[in-house]
Amino acid sequence: MPNGVAPVIRAAGLRKVYGSTVAVDDVSFEVAPGEAFGLLGPNGAGKSTTMRMLGAVSARSGGSLEILGRDPDRQGPEIRAQLGVVPQLDNLDTELSARENLIVYGRYFGLPHAVVAARADELLGFAQLEDKAKAAIDDLSGGMKRRLTIARALINEPRILLLDEPTTGLDPQARHILWDRLFRLKEQGTTLVLTTHYMDEAEQLCDRLIVVDHGRIMAEGTPAGLIREHSTREVLEVRFGSERNAEAAVALADLGERVEPLPDRVLVYAENGEHVLAEVLRRGWDPVTSLVRRSSLEDVFLRLTGRSLIE
Amino acid sequence: MTSLSELRAPKEARGVGALSSGNAYAVFNRNLVGARGTNLWVMVSGFFEPVFYLLSLGAGLGGLIGAVELPDGRAVSYAAFIAPGLLAAAAMTGAIADAAWNVFFKMRFMRVYDAMLATSLGPLDVALGEMAWALFRGGLYGTAFLVVMQLAGLNLSWTAILAIPAALVVAFGFASVAMGITSYLRSFQQMDWIAFVMLPMYMLSGTFFPISQYPDWVQWIVMAFPLWHGTELIRGLTTGALDWSMLIHVGYFAVMIALGIVFATRRLRALFLS
Ligand SMILES: Nc1ncnc2c1ncn2[C@@H]1O[C@H](COP(=O)(O)OP(=O)(O)OP(=O)(O)O)[C@@H](O)[C@H]1O
Ligand SMILES: [Mg+2]
Repeated sequence: MPNGVAPVIRAAGLRKVYGSTVAVDDVSFEVAPGEAFGLLGPNGAGKSTTMRMLGAVSARSGGSLEILGRDPDRQGPEIRAQLGVVPQLDNLDTELSARENLIVYGRYFGLPHAVVAARADELLGFAQLEDKAKAAIDDLSGGMKRRLTIARALINEPRILLLDEPTTGLDPQARHILWDRLFRLKEQGTTLVLTTHYMDEAEQLCDRLIVVDHGRIMAEGTPAGLIREHSTREVLEVRFGSERNAEAAVALADLGERVEPLPDRVLVYAENGEHVLAEVLRRGWDPVTSLVRRSSLEDVFLRLTGRSLIE
Repeated sequence: MTSLSELRAPKEARGVGALSSGNAYAVFNRNLVGARGTNLWVMVSGFFEPVFYLLSLGAGLGGLIGAVELPDGRAVSYAAFIAPGLLAAAAMTGAIADAAWNVFFKMRFMRVYDAMLATSLGPLDVALGEMAWALFRGGLYGTAFLVVMQLAGLNLSWTAILAIPAALVVAFGFASVAMGITSYLRSFQQMDWIAFVMLPMYMLSGTFFPISQYPDWVQWIVMAFPLWHGTELIRGLTTGALDWSMLIHVGYFAVMIALGIVFATRRLRALFLS
């Protein structure tokens, strides 16, 4: 976080308990203005629960939270007026057209019709949905709905945009269009907070992120920093067939800083993957397939939790 | 109405669960914009239903029955007797259609309130906006029906004009209680209970004949039904049989309105801002 800039979000020891379930447990982080901050974690990690507390629609069970210098327990509506929210599940109004969705939603903030009507047309352009202005919501594709939801979240010119899994369920092309729109917002200085369980999305979009699991922060840093800290530069992936993977992992254990036997492949973490591969072959282990790649956040997550991000 | 002033004050009314940003109009506006896209026939059918009843029962059955005696001793035509009852019942069904069924869909399936309450709106804005919409539709139907009554010569006194605000009060009472109850219901089976309660109330509440036909104990039960109070209130106004007891009817609805608003608001807050 840049020194000297007051954070727009400050969470310390944040907790949320539902009955006997601790959904969020002692989570602390700060987000600087203009930053793109990510929450990366598997299903049930507590990402949405955290986002709902940030969005001032869910009261925290413990800890302290400050959004734009305000306490959501006391100034919920003032905070919500300055947020844009893209929930995990689309909740566009199916009784309204695309353009009406923007206008009606803008009115919820008490903005005058003339203002929201002008912004609606601008935002339809931003979301590349000009020709869908009159379309019914049910006639839009998943990617279009997501873009419209983002456009809707921008109608009140929010200072912070909260995006809960913005691209889950979209095909690769639709995801890239969406990422491009989010980059633009970032360039314009909008603070982005997003959750995802896609490591590539986190690497692409986030300046900084926390890795969460079971409601707790496992690690925090920039994508590159996290990879440097928790993984090696490269990874060799070798497959020997499901019966032999475990055996191979033992035999090759000394070749890398770390060797991870997965059911379908063996991962060898090393600075130079090609060198390791050459040694594997020299020792007479002939893999069915092999691949040398750079370490990713997926490897960081595997290292920290012993599990894959996407089950 | 103490419960209404209480609503503004309690401690938990601030923060995440703050009750209102004074913008119930935006919720009303959402329905107005949405209605432009809906089938005109659906909107218009709410008007025709009581008119058809009036035609078949008033003109048809009325010919057989002749005159009905009012509590003040005057005899009026059967059509003039049932028309205000149909008006009250239409106010009830219209209000419940919007505040129960439409609210149920918006709450459980369309997730309209999730979206609304992520903005600066509060649960009281949502409750009042939805009720205002139910009243608006009810008011339109009521006014149109009163015009039909006027043309048919069924308004026997100038006070009939007051049946419009009275119909709004009746609709408000039903809308607010219906929304309060609906916020606790989760399934279609539970929603069917609303219809299950409405039908006997409709048949028994003095819409089609004076409740003096019943034994005493049935009369007492009927007098506990809200629709009976609505029917009596509106019938008094359209026939000109004014009576101090009408204030009791108005008071009955004032309590319904207050209770419904409190429950609907609390429940919306518990469901969407917890
Ligand atoms: N309203 C609720 N009542 C009870 N338990 C809840 C509620 N909301 C969430 N939980 C529980 O809290 C935990 C965290 O859920 P949350 O939705 O925050 O996870 P998530 O990281 O968003 O997961 P996903 O990737 O599946 O969206 C889960 O165990 C979930 O069952
Ligand atoms: Mg989630």
